[in-house]
Amino acid sequence: MFESRSGILLIGGLGFFLFAFLSNALVPILLYRDLPEKTVEELADNQNLIYQFEDLSIRYPEQFKKYYGEPNKENLAEALQVGHDVYVAEGCWHCHSQYVRPVSNESVRWGKVASSDEYQNRLNRPVMWGTRRVGPDLSREGGRRGNDWHAVHFFDPSSLSPNSPMPKYPWLYDDNNPSKPNKRGIAMITYVQWLGSWLEQYPLYEDYVPVEKQMQDPLE
Amino acid sequence: MSKEKTSQNRPSEDELDAMGGELVIERLVCWYFVIALVYMGVSFLGGLLMALQLVQWNPLQGSEYLSPGRWRMIHTNAIAYGFIANCFLGALHWAIPRLTLHRVLDKRLSYFIFFAWQVVVLSTAIGIMLGQAQGVEWGETPWWIDPLALVGLALVAINFLAPIGKTKGPLYVTLWYFMAAFVWTFLTYAMGNFVPEYFVSGTSAGVIGGLFIHDLVGLFVTPLAWGLMYYFVPILLKKPIWSHGLSLVGFWGLAFFYPLNGIHHFLLSPIPDFLEYGAIVSTIAVEFVVTTVIINFFGTLWGSGKEIVTNLPIRWFYTGMVLYFVTCAQCALQVTHTFQALIHFTDWVVGHAHLVMFGVFTMWFFGMMTYLFPRLLKQSWYSRTLCEWHYWMSLGGIVVMFLDLTFAGIFQGFYLASLQPWEASIDGSYPFWVVRLFAGLVMIGGQAVFVYNLWMTWRLSVKNQSVKKVATA
Repeated sequence: MFESRSGILLIGGLGFFLFAFLSNALVPILLYRDLPEKTVEELADNQNLIYQFEDLSIRYPEQFKKYYGEPNKENLAEALQVGHDVYVAEGCWHCHSQYVRPVSNESVRWGKVASSDEYQNRLNRPVMWGTRRVGPDLSREGGRRGNDWHAVHFFDPSSLSPNSPMPKYPWLYDDNNPSKPNKRGIAMITYVQWLGSWLEQYPLYEDYVPVEKQMQDPLE
Repeated sequence: MSKEKTSQNRPSEDELDAMGGELVIERLVCWYFVIALVYMGVSFLGGLLMALQLVQWNPLQGSEYLSPGRWRMIHTNAIAYGFIANCFLGALHWAIPRLTLHRVLDKRLSYFIFFAWQVVVLSTAIGIMLGQAQGVEWGETPWWIDPLALVGLALVAINFLAPIGKTKGPLYVTLWYFMAAFVWTFLTYAMGNFVPEYFVSGTSAGVIGGLFIHDLVGLFVTPLAWGLMYYFVPILLKKPIWSHGLSLVGFWGLAFFYPLNGIHHFLLSPIPDFLEYGAIVSTIAVEFVVTTVIINFFGTLWGSGKEIVTNLPIRWFYTGMVLYFVTCAQCALQVTHTFQALIHFTDWVVGHAHLVMFGVFTMWFFGMMTYLFPRLLKQSWYSRTLCEWHYWMSLGGIVVMFLDLTFAGIFQGFYLASLQPWEASIDGSYPFWVVRLFAGLVMIGGQAVFVYNLWMTWRLSVKNQSVKKVATA
C-alpha cells in the first residue's frame, strides 16, 4: 500500500490533500456560513464614506465630474471597486497589511483588533490581509488623514513622510499634477478612506468636519 | 539504491549516456535549463528593483510598468513559475526516462508543453506589468491565464505518468514523490487560483490563500525537489540510499503533515485559534519528518565525506540540505505565537523565504545544472574555477542576506511594538536594507559568472563537435 502506485496516488496525493482541505478550509467556510458576503453596493451605503466621497467631489470638482459625475452611492460603489482593483494591481498589499493583531501593542497603535465579520465582503475576495509591513497597517486608516493629504502622498510619498520608501504613483493623476487625481486616483483615495469606516469609532483621532466648515476658518 | 536499480539487467549510467537521445530528449532538457536561467535573470531584476526602492536609490521612479510594486510580483512569480517550474520540467525530462527506462508519453507533447509553459509564464509577467494581477500571493497570475496553466499542468502529469505507469516491480522513492507531486500540484493550483477569487471571501479566503502558498512550496516544489535528490545523490555517490525505512517515513510524513500547515501564514489573525493551533502542531511535526530525511541523506554520505570537497554537484546538494534543515528548524520556532508576535510582518519572514527558495531549491538546481550541462553539451566545464566562484558567491550572498534580514526582522518587530512613530522602523531598517542590496548583488554576480561559464562551455562544445564532424567526414 505505502509503495504502490494506487496507494501513493489515492491516499497520499488525493486523500491527504482532501483531508487537509476539509479540516482547514471547509471549517471556516461552515463557521461563517451565516455571515453573508456583502456586495460593494452594500459597503457603499456608509455615511462615513459618503462624507469622504462628497469631500472629494468638492476638493477636485473638475476631475470628479469628469470621472464620476455626482457623488451618489452608485458612483461611490464604482469608485470603491476601482480603488480595490488598483490596490491589488499595484501590489499595495505586499507592503501594507490589513489586520490588527491582539499582540505587540497593535490595538494601541491602530485600534480595534480585527475580527472575521469585518472581512466578509466582496472587496475581500481574496482577502487583503497582506504579508508584510514595510508601511503601516491600513485596516484602520480611513478618516485619519484628509483626502488632500492622500492625493499628495500617492503622488510623492516622501514629500509628506520623509524617508518613506513607498514608490511614487504619478499615473494616478492627470497632467502629472497632484491636484488632478484621475479615475484611478480618486478611486484609490476612496478605497483607503473606506478602510475602517465600518467601525463606530471613525475617524479614530478627529471628528469629521465638513469641508465647507473647514474652508470658513482654514487655520483652525 | 533500490533493488530494481542495482539489479543485474539494469543498464549502468554510462550505458544510459550512450543510449543518448533514444531515452531522453536532451535538447529539450537543455532548453528548459537555459530558459530557466533567463527567468532567473528577470526575477533578479525585480528583486534588485525592490531592494533599490527600499533604500531609495531607485532610478526608475514614476514609471507605471516598472513600478517596484508590480515588479515585486514578477520577482516571485518568475522564480516560481519561470525558474523553478522550468528547472523541474528539464530535470524531470532527464530523470524520469532514465529511471523508468521508458520514454515520456509523447515527444511532440513535450515540445508543446515547453512552448505552452513559456507562453503561460510570459503572459503572467506581462499581465502583472499591465496591472492585471490578482490578490493572492503566487496566484497573481491574471485570471485568463489560470485555466490555461491548469491544462498545462494536467498535460505535464499525463506525459510523465505514462513512463512511470509502464515500470514493473516496486517503485523507487523518487517516483513516489513525483507521482504524488503531479496530483498535488494540479489540485493546489486549482484551489489557490479559483476558490479565494470566485467562491469565498474574508477569513475563509485567507485560510485558502495560506494553504495555497504553503502547498505550492510544500506539495509542488518540495516533493519534486526531494524526489530529484533521491535520484541524483545515489548516482553521484555510487551507493544506495542509507535507509529505505526512513525514506518511507519521510515521504508519508510529508504527505500527511505538509498539507495541514497552510494556516500558519496568518497566525494571530481573525482565523479561529483552534485552526491556528492545528497548523502550528502540524508544522512542528513536519520538522521531525524533515529531520529523518536529513539523517537518511547524511547516512548516505557517511564514508564519502571527501566528495563534498571534490564533487561540485554533491556539494551544491548537501549545502542545500543543511540550509533546508536550518529553514525547517527556524520554521518550528517561528510558527509559535510567541515568535509570531515579534517577527510576523517583518523582514525575518522575507529572509526565511529567500533561504528556502534560493538557499535550498535553487542550490539543488545549480547542482543539477553543474552535473547535467556537461552531459547535455558533451563538453566538460570551461572552467572549474568559475564553477567554484559560482558556488561561493551564491552561498556567501544568501547566507549574508538571510542573517541580515533575520536581524532586521527582530529590530523591526521591536520598533513595531514600541509605539515609536512609523518612520523609526524605516530608519532602523535602512542599514539592513543596504546590506541586503549588496548581498543580492553578490548573488547576481555569482549567476553572471555561471552564465559566462556556460556560454564559454557551449562555444567549446560547438567547436569540438565541428572538429569531430570534420574528422569523421
